[in-house]
Amino acid sequence: MEGKLYAWIIERCLPLKPDTVMEADVHNNSVPLENGSLAPVDRLRRDRSDSPTPGLVEGTEPGAGLDSAMFVHAQSFEDLTADGEQEEEEVQVQEGGDGSERGLEVEKPRAEGEEREETQGQQEEEVQPGGGRVKEEDINSEGWRSHRKHVFVLSGKNIIRSIHAEGYKVVFLRKSPLVLVGVSRTRQSERELTRELLYIYYQIISLLTLTQLTHVFQLKQNYDLRRLLAGSEHLTDNLLRLLDRDPGLLLSAVTCLPLPSSTRDTISSSLQAAKAKSLVFSILLAGSRLVTLVRKKDQVLHHMDLHLLFNLVGSSSSFREGEGWTPICLPKFNTAGFFHAHISYLEPASELCLILVSTDREDFFNLSDCKRRFLERLRRRSAYQALQEALQAPSYPVAQVGIPELRHFVYKSKSSGLYTSPEIPIPYQCEEEQERLMRLYQYLHSRMHHPTRPLRSIYRCADKENLLALVTSGFELYLCFSPLGTKALAVSTINKLLKWIRKEEDRLFILNPQTY
Amino acid sequence: MMAERRLSSLGESPLEVEVGPRLLRVKMVLLGGSGVGKSSLALRFCKDEFKASTPTVGCAYLTQVVCLHDSTLRFEIWDTAGEEKYHSVTPLYYRGAHAALVVYDISKKESFMRAQLWLKELEKQYIPGETVVVLVGNKADLSDTRQVPLQVGYRLAESKGLLFIETSAKSGEQVSELLMTIAHRVKQSSSEVRGLIEWPEAECVGVLQGERSSLLGACCSVGS
Ligand SMILES: Nc1nc2c(ncn2[C@@H]2O[C@H](COP(=O)(O)OP(=O)(O)OP(=O)(O)O)[C@@H](O)[C@H]2O)c(=O)[nH]1
Ligand SMILES: [Mg+2]
Repeated sequence: MEGKLYAWIIERCLPLKPDTVMEADVHNNSVPLENGSLAPVDRLRRDRSDSPTPGLVEGTEPGAGLDSAMFVHAQSFEDLTADGEQEEEEVQVQEGGDGSERGLEVEKPRAEGEEREETQGQQEEEVQPGGGRVKEEDINSEGWRSHRKHVFVLSGKNIIRSIHAEGYKVVFLRKSPLVLVGVSRTRQSERELTRELLYIYYQIISLLTLTQLTHVFQLKQNYDLRRLLAGSEHLTDNLLRLLDRDPGLLLSAVTCLPLPSSTRDTISSSLQAAKAKSLVFSILLAGSRLVTLVRKKDQVLHHMDLHLLFNLVGSSSSFREGEGWTPICLPKFNTAGFFHAHISYLEPASELCLILVSTDREDFFNLSDCKRRFLERLRRRSAYQALQEALQAPSYPVAQVGIPELRHFVYKSKSSGLYTSPEIPIPYQCEEEQERLMRLYQYLHSRMHHPTRPLRSIYRCADKENLLALVTSGFELYLCFSPLGTKALAVSTINKLLKWIRKEEDRLFILNPQTY
Repeated sequence: MMAERRLSSLGESPLEVEVGPRLLRVKMVLLGGSGVGKSSLALRFCKDEFKASTPTVGCAYLTQVVCLHDSTLRFEIWDTAGEEKYHSVTPLYYRGAHAALVVYDISKKESFMRAQLWLKELEKQYIPGETVVVLVGNKADLSDTRQVPLQVGYRLAESKGLLFIETSAKSGEQVSELLMTIAHRVKQSSSEVRGLIEWPEAECVGVLQGERSSLLGACCSVGS
């Protein structure tokens, strides 16, 4: 197993000469700040089914919501999450051309050569009292060094003198009062690594708020952050795992549980009816898939906040028994304050988890009652049964599409911020292969969204598979074919796939997002 | 405010259990350092199970009904997170509690120190005799690596007039005894000092929301 390790190394770094710091400043001011929701014009459901497929404009692509978007998916200026949607227009676009791209080198997960990493002076401090049950790894051990990726969270006025990193990529993310340092020997680009650090940063903020974080360091410059972060190691671990495996974090999008639209609509309206004054978002999850999301009018959730919530739910057993009630900061919404989330599974052994996000920390009983009312309504309208049935098939085999050479794909509707993807097919089912496929997509993604030379499409032949990626103003599409196919064949399947997605969009996407 | 809100949600809550002559609500809170076994104890109380667990996020709310010979108690258990980052919200849960369990891990001395801090914090909040406070030394199955002698725990509890017990959420040892003891104590101290909220079998909605609101309000403010 490819373990990941992050270590909180705080107040133990050597002084750093400023000129040795690699520039990875997140404050990229050239990207305009663009906030608010994207609200495509109202359309009737029947119009869309007639619309042609490729060359789709944003808001009419398969999977676009009918009324308004649930998510903010415009990136705020501070993000390097690499959507590049704004940049697309500004920069010269290069077409994928004639497929002359060389085969993508596939990296070995672990380099054999003994790469040494000198991080002198960084020693493990004693585990703070009250620490969680996760044992910290000895950073002097071989095992620790063999991890593909290390993330350090530094704080205070410390500066690093040098990190000798042969064969390693070192990326810094400065987010006052923290500096996050990623040391990686994967072939990920700096932007990719920075995006991962950004997720980890927001993960920390979601537990503490930026206000509290700033405050503790104002009071005490050498505050040991591990006191506050104790016990959240499993959250960061899980997040790093998701970053390796979940296309949603790469694409800034969320995927849905396939569900007949009538069932989804019933669930949404039941959730909508079970409202309370303090409620801002009601989210029903099936594992890591969204069943539905109901939000307060005018409030939109950022996909990153949603992924942080998914991560919280997915990495804790604590909501399985009883009802969870926890302060949570949604950093893309507001870094200053806590929401209070009522989190509970609909049944103890169920995959279905309900998250009710409220503004009032004393509103537990009210929200608990919302859940009860929601369940009651769901049962009365026999949607619960339908939902249970849908859970039997949380995904679909790629064979349903009817393109024999197609092994896998990821399709994102830009305006809804939702994506769909079939089951991971047999050749990629083991953990390593799945991560390799994700890294291929990640590579394509970073090429497509290159800050200065973005591409509209790209085709790559590799030993084990052929890949095609395509970005339009309406969607992003990544396809993986068997290595036997040709480029012409790959291109010719796009239309067929888009037609299929259009035909299935009712089931695969949330077309009717609701507000209270 | 708080009382009203609780009232309305409580009134509509379904009764999962057959209600005896009197169903009384007991607010119970579990306090203590991270990893001492609070959630494991809560799971034993409610389902008599033991499972692997991750640290609690925020707080978990569970309920369990305990039948005594003349009345039935509905324990509303607040299983708090031991991690420091959640400490600012913990007062929400021990305020007005009828029972507070301060838990430590007998194999970790540090957790015993932390338990003492919790006791100090509780002392600021509760009126003696109104909240049943129990010092719980958990993980009694780990007596091979014990760091806190039984007598030390006992003496601390004695000096503060608290109940004391050693349990093992893992083996289940002494867990139901603990809950029954609390049930009796809560019942006893409540009949001496103040009434528990009664949850009538029929028409609880109307009754609770109507005439009884003052009683409930009074009850909720106790100890805060
Ligand atoms: N040997 C032994 N292990 C136990 C016992 N009770 C709990 N544990 C283990 O101790 C660890 C922590 O248990 P939890 O119940 O999650 O601890 P907690 O007090 O709820 O921790 P926080 O939620 O972080 O405050 C888990 O690995 C449990 O399996 C016990 O009685 N004996
Ligand atoms: Mg716990």
